[in-house]
Amino acid sequence: MNSRTIEQKMDFSWRRFFLQWEWMLLAVFIAVNIINANLSDYYLDFTNLRDAMMSFLDKAFIVLPMVLVMIMGDIDISVGSTVALSAVVMADLYNKGVPMVPAMLICLLTGTICGWLNGWLIVRFKELSSVIVTLSTMIIYRGIAYILLEDQAAGGFPSWFSNLGWGYIGSVPIIVVVFVVFAVIFSLLLHKSVLGRWIYAIGNNSTSSRYSGVQVDRIKILVFTLTGFMAAVAALFLTARMGSTRPNIAMGYELEVIAMVVLGGISTSGGKGRMIGAIIAVFLIGYLRYGLGLINVQAQALLIIIGLLLILAVMLPKLKPGNRKQA
Amino acid sequence: MSEYILELNGITKRFSGVKALDHVYFKLKAGEIHALMGENGAGKSTFIKIITGVHEADEGEILLDGQPVNFKNPNEAKRAGIAAIYQHVTCYPDLSVTENIFMGHERIAKGSKRILWKEMHEEAQRLLEELGASFSPKTQMGALSVAEQQIVEIAKALSMDARIIIMDEPTAALSSRESEELYRITEQLRDRGAAIIFISHRFEDMYRLASKVTVFRDSKYIGTWKTDEISKSELIVAMVGREITQLFPKKDVAIGEELLRVEGLGRTGYFADVSFTIHRGEIVGLTGLVGSGRTEVCETLFGIQTPDQGQIWLKGRKTRIKSPAQAMRKGIAYLPEDRQKQGLVLDWSISDNITLPSLWQISRKGWTHKKKEREVAKELAERLGVKARTIFDLVSSLSGGNQQKVVFAKLLAMDIDVLILDEPTKGVDVGAKSAIYEIISELAAQGLGILMVSSEMPEVIGMCDKVLVMREGRITASLDRSELSQENILAAAMAD
Repeated sequence: MNSRTIEQKMDFSWRRFFLQWEWMLLAVFIAVNIINANLSDYYLDFTNLRDAMMSFLDKAFIVLPMVLVMIMGDIDISVGSTVALSAVVMADLYNKGVPMVPAMLICLLTGTICGWLNGWLIVRFKELSSVIVTLSTMIIYRGIAYILLEDQAAGGFPSWFSNLGWGYIGSVPIIVVVFVVFAVIFSLLLHKSVLGRWIYAIGNNSTSSRYSGVQVDRIKILVFTLTGFMAAVAALFLTARMGSTRPNIAMGYELEVIAMVVLGGISTSGGKGRMIGAIIAVFLIGYLRYGLGLINVQAQALLIIIGLLLILAVMLPKLKPGNRKQA
Repeated sequence: MSEYILELNGITKRFSGVKALDHVYFKLKAGEIHALMGENGAGKSTFIKIITGVHEADEGEILLDGQPVNFKNPNEAKRAGIAAIYQHVTCYPDLSVTENIFMGHERIAKGSKRILWKEMHEEAQRLLEELGASFSPKTQMGALSVAEQQIVEIAKALSMDARIIIMDEPTAALSSRESEELYRITEQLRDRGAAIIFISHRFEDMYRLASKVTVFRDSKYIGTWKTDEISKSELIVAMVGREITQLFPKKDVAIGEELLRVEGLGRTGYFADVSFTIHRGEIVGLTGLVGSGRTEVCETLFGIQTPDQGQIWLKGRKTRIKSPAQAMRKGIAYLPEDRQKQGLVLDWSISDNITLPSLWQISRKGWTHKKKEREVAKELAERLGVKARTIFDLVSSLSGGNQQKVVFAKLLAMDIDVLILDEPTKGVDVGAKSAIYEIISELAAQGLGILMVSSEMPEVIGMCDKVLVMREGRITASLDRSELSQENILAAAMAD
């Protein structure tokens, strides 16, 4: 067989480097901060900016696995209901006399089971898309939460528990520390592990992946299970921050989470995008909301802005082809 | 008025430079059944697509009733009275028979634009009765058998006053009783004055129905004969009678121990009673017409489908293969038929594609090892002669032949004993073909056992030590190298 040399080095191009979507996001993020700082005198205050994170990072826990789900070309819209069900199960058990720590573990277990069930259904019934499966489980999980608590609030947790929501390690909020740990783990998983490469492969071409020996079904179940687990982590922090829980908490979380992932540059058809984009998008939307809140702009106006940003995020790569390639 | 209802003169069609049709001729009279025969890839499908307006010819003229026509799209051809009926019926299974018949030309009231359901049902009923069908036009299409669906398609052609009807392998999916029924209807159409182009791999169909037969081979026109003036063996020669001009670099390899043995393997509805063995250094060919069950056998050996009956033995040990991942761990690799959909991730680089199946082995305990991946990819890409500038080039930018070499490289990055190749040179130009033959010979020389599925006779004859011929899900012949000839293979592959 003949031997010719094939280059092993990749050409570096500054143009390609700066054409990445994440720079665009970063620019918008900085612009948002400058505008916020000009609109309100209270915005540029370290303590305020730091504590603002406590109110939006709980969703960010779900953004991390949702990036994996959407890169696989799937979607999970049951996450909001999973948060609610996990929180309600925990509160219910605690009120029935189960100690707090086991109740928290069962909260995590509940989310994990919800996620696993999503994955199993999607793999088992190939003719059903993940939208349909998770739409159904979204309704089911929420329904179970309502049956358990019957539209009551449940709370009265030990005081140390609320520290999860409001406490600090040194001067850093606990939720930030935990989020950073998970963000690092998920980034490494997606970008540095074999599993991450397989996830990209499935999103690009699941048939080829299967023919290449990638265990598509197992990976799907694993990623959905992780998503359920992270929804339960979000449930812990949300409940701790609010002090009590109701069956209707985390309504609409799924859409906000998916919006952040799409804004972060993850292709809605799968296979492309990076973790860092979605993380920037979390902070972009979080601080946008916080800043607009400071100057008393209605929440609805925020929705319009997020909607416009989303259209931009989906449209821009189509206008400039080739600036979001990732393998 | 011309003697012929349809005349095609010197039709040539190229797809990205490759000639799919090269100056072919066809003449059709009203009230005639004219058979069109040729091997897979002879150009029959492209020819139909030109008549029905799906493709436009690059050269040549089409005369309809002696007048030159140039169909720009399928609708123009339909309006001119040309209808095609395919082996795999293209219908709307959830709609009624009537809706299927009138799809696209519904009867609509002049003033109110209301759909005239009653008229349509009556008309459908009349057409079905004429064709001798016993089901109601209100039946849901999906509830009918393939044969009945074909009758609906024919009724649809009649409802559009089609004068030229093309039937593309209509009997392939039918039982002999159903075929008999189809013959009767076809003759009825002919007697009503329709002109029929009948495409079939079955000599029986051809001799029974057609008065003339035209043969294509390698995209070229070979000839037209009256069916009572040409024998079956003469037809076979016309269909395959090319010289083997390509050089096959087959090496003399000592055949070693048994690697794979299959006994009585079967999967209901696809294939049955398939038995064979593959030894080290041996290239076993698996041929037969498209749809004879070849690909299904390969996919079963690779764990994509599961068999209902039979046993698989690997290196003397009985084994079961439940998934591609498991097949690969046991040393079986598969080069799928459709490299773009099944073999490659097109938006990925050469390097990422090559390492995908072996990623775990190359990794550091699950964490990717980029440097080693690049080395493996570079070594294999160079060994197989992939023509590219860097290993980071996207495979979508490569030619078909180079893409196929990347798929080979993927499989060779693993430790394998048995290599299953499904149409390894499909859609590959001649130069790359011989390079791929060289790779296959080299691999056999290194002691791999190779199962090669191919529709290309010269390739099967030039490369294989043993050839299995399949027809309708069964192995009909197992030929040694000394017995290999195009005539022998074709006789076993086609029904009498």
